[in-house]
Amino acid sequence: MSSNLTAVGDHPTYDYKVVRQFAVMTIVWGIVGMGVGVLIAAQLCWPALNDLVQPYTHFGRLRPLHTNAVIFAFGGCALMGTSFYVVQRTCQAKLWGGWLVPFTFWGWQLVIVLAAITLPLGLTSAKEYAELEWPIDILITLVWVSYALVFFGTIVKRKTSHIYVANWFYGGFILTIAVLHVVNSAAIPVSLFKSYSAYAGAADAMVQWWYGHNAVGFFLTAGFLGMMYYFVPKQAGRPVYSYQLSIVHFWALISIYIWAGAHHLHYSALPDWAQSLGMVMSLILLAPSWGGMINGIMTLSGAWHKLRTDPTLRFLVVSLSFYGMSTFEGPMMSIKTVNALSHNTDWTIGHVHSGALGWVAMISIGAVYHLLPILFGRKEMYSVKWVNVHFWLATIGTVLYIAAMWVNGIMQGLMWRAFNSDGTLTYSFIEAVQASHNGYVVRFIGGVFFLSGMLLMAYNTYRTAQAPREVASDNSPQAQAV
Amino acid sequence: MSTFWSLWIIGLTLTNLILVFWVLMANRKVAVKDDEAPENRTTGHVYDGIEEYDNPLPRWWFKMFIATFIFAAAYLVIYPGLGSFKGIAGWTSHNQLEAKQQKAEELYAEQFGKYNAMPIEELARNSDAMKMGLRLFANNCAVCHGADGGGNYGFPNLTDHDWLYGGEPATIKQTITGGRKGVMPAWAAILGEEGIHSTTEYVLSLSGREHDAELAQAGKKHFEQNCVACHSADGKGIQAMGAPNLTDDIWLYGGEPQDIRQTLRDGRNGVMPAQQELLKESRIHLLAAYVYSLSLPLDEQ
Repeated sequence: MSSNLTAVGDHPTYDYKVVRQFAVMTIVWGIVGMGVGVLIAAQLCWPALNDLVQPYTHFGRLRPLHTNAVIFAFGGCALMGTSFYVVQRTCQAKLWGGWLVPFTFWGWQLVIVLAAITLPLGLTSAKEYAELEWPIDILITLVWVSYALVFFGTIVKRKTSHIYVANWFYGGFILTIAVLHVVNSAAIPVSLFKSYSAYAGAADAMVQWWYGHNAVGFFLTAGFLGMMYYFVPKQAGRPVYSYQLSIVHFWALISIYIWAGAHHLHYSALPDWAQSLGMVMSLILLAPSWGGMINGIMTLSGAWHKLRTDPTLRFLVVSLSFYGMSTFEGPMMSIKTVNALSHNTDWTIGHVHSGALGWVAMISIGAVYHLLPILFGRKEMYSVKWVNVHFWLATIGTVLYIAAMWVNGIMQGLMWRAFNSDGTLTYSFIEAVQASHNGYVVRFIGGVFFLSGMLLMAYNTYRTAQAPREVASDNSPQAQAV
Repeated sequence: MSTFWSLWIIGLTLTNLILVFWVLMANRKVAVKDDEAPENRTTGHVYDGIEEYDNPLPRWWFKMFIATFIFAAAYLVIYPGLGSFKGIAGWTSHNQLEAKQQKAEELYAEQFGKYNAMPIEELARNSDAMKMGLRLFANNCAVCHGADGGGNYGFPNLTDHDWLYGGEPATIKQTITGGRKGVMPAWAAILGEEGIHSTTEYVLSLSGREHDAELAQAGKKHFEQNCVACHSADGKGIQAMGAPNLTDDIWLYGGEPQDIRQTLRDGRNGVMPAQQELLKESRIHLLAAYVYSLSLPLDEQ
């Protein structure tokens, strides 16, 4: 069917080059980021691995490299690439912005390379998920403004009368991340590589976790919901389940998320009222979060049989299941009494990874598998069977990872709060660390599973790109006819 | 918090919640029964081939959303959350902590209390008390001094009968209570690199380690000029000020020539943190007994 909103005879050529670049770099940075993740997981099992090339390979320096690489390099490339694809196709307009388009791509790659150099060197502002020093922060701002101009410029030029829901989410993510980054990274430089935060004490902590939690809420949730709203109905060939639901959960999600960061600071120096408010807003977030899951999964009603033959669709649907699970777990963990047990344990790490591996990585992988044949002018991936193998490697890896961290986290929480009848602590800290070793090994194995799937994806992509083109690159709106 | 900021918080919070509630209710008009399937009703929009159904909000989801609103409203009335409004329960994290501490104090006062009056020498031979002492040690001291009290680089061994500040029960207790600061000044600027080398050889000679006799002779002069005030003329140190004995071949920061040179060049800053505020008198009393017991003959431990 062709859109009833398209002006007849108006067929711009879409810009697929930048989408292809981002899609390939999503895989490359995925392998790098997850590779570092597997290394630091191994360091927690076998501490001698810290000494590979001291001090550069110390856990304390590689951990921020891992988080930056998977969130901003892997996740960032996936978001930028898919948003540039989706905004063109759903607005039926070529990307606006001219040189800003390649600037966004190359600028973002430069940010990533600078992060990969400075973090192992120990240059850090010591703010979690915002470790990069001020000159790189300025570069990020420039690239982000350019990204926003291209995205919203294309929306302005759209040929459709309405703006598709995927673009609401992408747009919300782009605007909010800009605000979060600028406010949280405000700092006073003392030299080229050293700065101090503009805030102090509990206020600094609150700004940090306002940023930190919304990096989750907007970068890792709203942005990827945008991805979901295009690729799930497209891959399933089904209409989106409910327009009403998308309106309600969009506005609720983006306005409530902003409040939730304080739940990272329960039982801290943060004032009581801020902690309570953080908890209450986190609980209200359950329904808006699940709205996205329902809208995605119910879109498949009438098309469930496609899951049997389409591993790309499996990635997309299973990612929604993990999304639903971790957005249930999150509000539960924000309840003060639960948090008293879970805080600072591996449970938090497991929760983050059920979102990061199960939701963010799986939906990105599914979206990229959808894109690659289109971008390389093929009917399908070089090997659909390998896509299926990748799906199982990713699923098993994620389950191993989060199960190990649940066991470890709850065990640590219980050991730390166990008292003898005389009021002394039953376990010393090191005993809880020793007891965690098995879980760390299982987590490492889960990580190896997930990483090996990414390597298979890279090889499959290479073979797909090498193969001769079967179909003309599908980059005109006419080709949307299904 | 000033009235302005309090109102600011209340205003923002309620405005946000009311707006979200309004969006929910405004889109509820189609929220009829779940089993009514308007399969063929779409919004009429098509984006790149994607259509949207005009399905109602799932009823269970709508109810769950409302339930969280009710919970939030109740919570914000009972607990602090809306600006400077304290909540009707009068709860604060401070009084929650105090209540718990008081309860614990009552519960455990008896356990520790019965040992308070017992002299440390006697406690050290009381196996029940020493089990508690071991747990206290494992939780509070083992990180630096090792689970067996055997020490680490920069952290004294507590089992070797060699005491920096003295091993009498009262001194041990004082060390735990008030902490210690062991400061060895840096001598690089005063002695020069040559002086550092010769003094090192002299220090090595004090404990009978391998050394260069000629250099040691030169180092002796430096030692007598600069070191005797703390380490005393015979190098045996002064416990009252925590200056280590240099003749017993027990080394806190290593006894190799390069270790001693580094100590002389840059100095050392050893810190034993004071436990008075953290552990309080009765636990410190038990801990002192436990540390004392580490030096007892094995059959008495």
